[in-house]
Amino acid sequence: MAQTAEKQSPTEAMIAGLSLPDTGWSKVPRADALQRLRQMGLPRRGDEYWKFTRPDTLVQPTPVPAAVLDTEETPLFSDMDRLKIVFVDGVFDADASDDLSLEGVQIERLQDANSDLHWARDLYGVLETKGQNPVFRPLAALNTAFAKDGVLIHVTGAASKPINLIYQHKSDSSDAILHHCIKMDAGTEVTLLENGPAAARFNKVVEVDVADGAKFHHVRAQGRDHERRAATHIFARLGTESLFKSFTLTVNGVLTRNDCVIELTGDDASAHVAGACVGDGDFHHDDTVFVTHDAVNCESRQVFKKVLRNGATGVFQGKILVKKDAQKTDGYQISQSLLLDGDSQFLAKPELEIYADDVACSHGSTSGAIDEDALFYLRARGISHAEATDLLTLAFLAEAVEEIEQETLRDELIGRLSSWLQRRSV
Amino acid sequence: MLSIKNLHVKLEEEDKQILKGVDLEVEAGKVHAIMGPNGSGKSTLSYVLSGKGGYEVTDGSAALEGEDLLDMDPEERAAAGLFLAFQYPVEIPGVGNMTFLRTAVNAQRKARGEDEMSAADFLKIVRAKAKDLKIDADMLKRPVNMGFSGGEKKRNEILQMAMLEPKMCILDETDSGLDVDAMKLVAEGVNALRSDGRGFLVITHYQRLLDHIKPDVVHIMAEGRIVKTGGPELALEVENNGYADILAEVV
Repeated sequence: MAQTAEKQSPTEAMIAGLSLPDTGWSKVPRADALQRLRQMGLPRRGDEYWKFTRPDTLVQPTPVPAAVLDTEETPLFSDMDRLKIVFVDGVFDADASDDLSLEGVQIERLQDANSDLHWARDLYGVLETKGQNPVFRPLAALNTAFAKDGVLIHVTGAASKPINLIYQHKSDSSDAILHHCIKMDAGTEVTLLENGPAAARFNKVVEVDVADGAKFHHVRAQGRDHERRAATHIFARLGTESLFKSFTLTVNGVLTRNDCVIELTGDDASAHVAGACVGDGDFHHDDTVFVTHDAVNCESRQVFKKVLRNGATGVFQGKILVKKDAQKTDGYQISQSLLLDGDSQFLAKPELEIYADDVACSHGSTSGAIDEDALFYLRARGISHAEATDLLTLAFLAEAVEEIEQETLRDELIGRLSSWLQRRSV
Repeated sequence: MLSIKNLHVKLEEEDKQILKGVDLEVEAGKVHAIMGPNGSGKSTLSYVLSGKGGYEVTDGSAALEGEDLLDMDPEERAAAGLFLAFQYPVEIPGVGNMTFLRTAVNAQRKARGEDEMSAADFLKIVRAKAKDLKIDADMLKRPVNMGFSGGEKKRNEILQMAMLEPKMCILDETDSGLDVDAMKLVAEGVNALRSDGRGFLVITHYQRLLDHIKPDVVHIMAEGRIVKTGGPELALEVENNGYADILAEVV
């Protein structure tokens, strides 16, 4: 892991601006992560996985300021019965949060978990470390070393209601680094919701260990703060007969990089990761997904849809790796973009790497405009050009949105997508 | 109702004249049929009237109740009361048939300054009309025309027509791809909509549709023009002798 000379000074400049929290058990994984970071160096333009997305603003010592979003819109999930955990500019806000007690779950703030025997020692930075091979993810190592806050969630039964991580952005120069760990015992179930603008710059890692037979549901909404820059990582390990379902809605944002690294380690497990994003103008959105099949008879689905308008850019780098003994793997990957004008672009790099011989893997990537015949058909029935375009755009996004199991959540997100379309600008 | 005068149309992309002076008046309460050989311009006429892109009107006019159609967007023409039953209804994945119908009904009402139809009223009406056309609940739930057979697609067109209650209906080869039973069902749907205030223009290759939808006037179109106009007997003449005799006679 020799770091190129060019990376050393920007990496050290970044490190110099951050402080290593000196708390209990996390000292060791943080020091290890710092070492990993130094060996890898922060990403540069031209690195294999940073060809389509410029990392500059993510790796410079101070964030580019981002205006706080001013909106009257009711935050998502407001009507749901959920446990609220609020972070303001990346710092836990106890007053705004609910009591961290929930049937079937134990929740602690990262820095409050000081016991040397804490379960998080076996998870914090562990899946992140595994996820560095074969592709470096230096921003995640940076996060593990310097995370300023986060929650540790231990799911011991069926959670009685969803856990909602709510982010609020109040300072236009905030630089948030959050690290959450979720350990699910065998046979348990939880739904994690995330929403809200987090900070001017947001680096987030979520590590999820889904034990045998456990079910993890994740619905997150990023946006509508356009000037933010975010790099997020999800690292998940799946046990036998477990289920992992993650859906991300992204609305606006000059830079969003979402990495999702999933390893299926137990037989008969199922992992679905999906995303719908809509963006305008200098919107740049990058989904980088790596699914490793390392067990028999597992299923994985990657469904990503991007609607790009007025020169927006969408990126998809998705990989399915099927190891030698992962027979009977069923892998599916689709990435599609709808370009609402000629200026927008979609850059896709779908990859399959398969070593097992009894495998069904399919993948597809397309990029296109609104179907003119369908548009005329709708207009000939009296539906306006704008409304017809919206209908067809929502129809395009449907395959991704349908990955959300709960109908009420799905309808709420579709409502947000409709509003975005109707605004017709950032 | 529909008044077409000296209509000349060429393809936008190439210098190819398709309609070369079409004159046609369809009165309210009447059914006019247009027959003609392949390539005579019948479908082009229906597309140009409904506002499909790709065509350029080089001369002439088309008006619905005195309003210039050619100046309007397709959705304005629909709101003004024009309806085209497509020869090839478009499949639209992801858009539910019911959502589509309701959006269309309400868009037209809105354009005409009327109140939107309530969800309950809409449901009641659409169910009754669908039943008449033997369209089952599953077809209403599916995405628009997805997985529909040829006959189901055409019945779905007639359902849209029944829901939208247009003043002027153009049926573009609605009989193509239909077996006799399906054709009868579609024809019954059309006949149920015949009324004093509504005009019909039925475009077809074959006389057999006109056994079920009885026309008042039959036109023969060839090389971008109406070359002969007569009563229902003209359709029978075509059926018996083909187009060659008629064309030889008029050219």
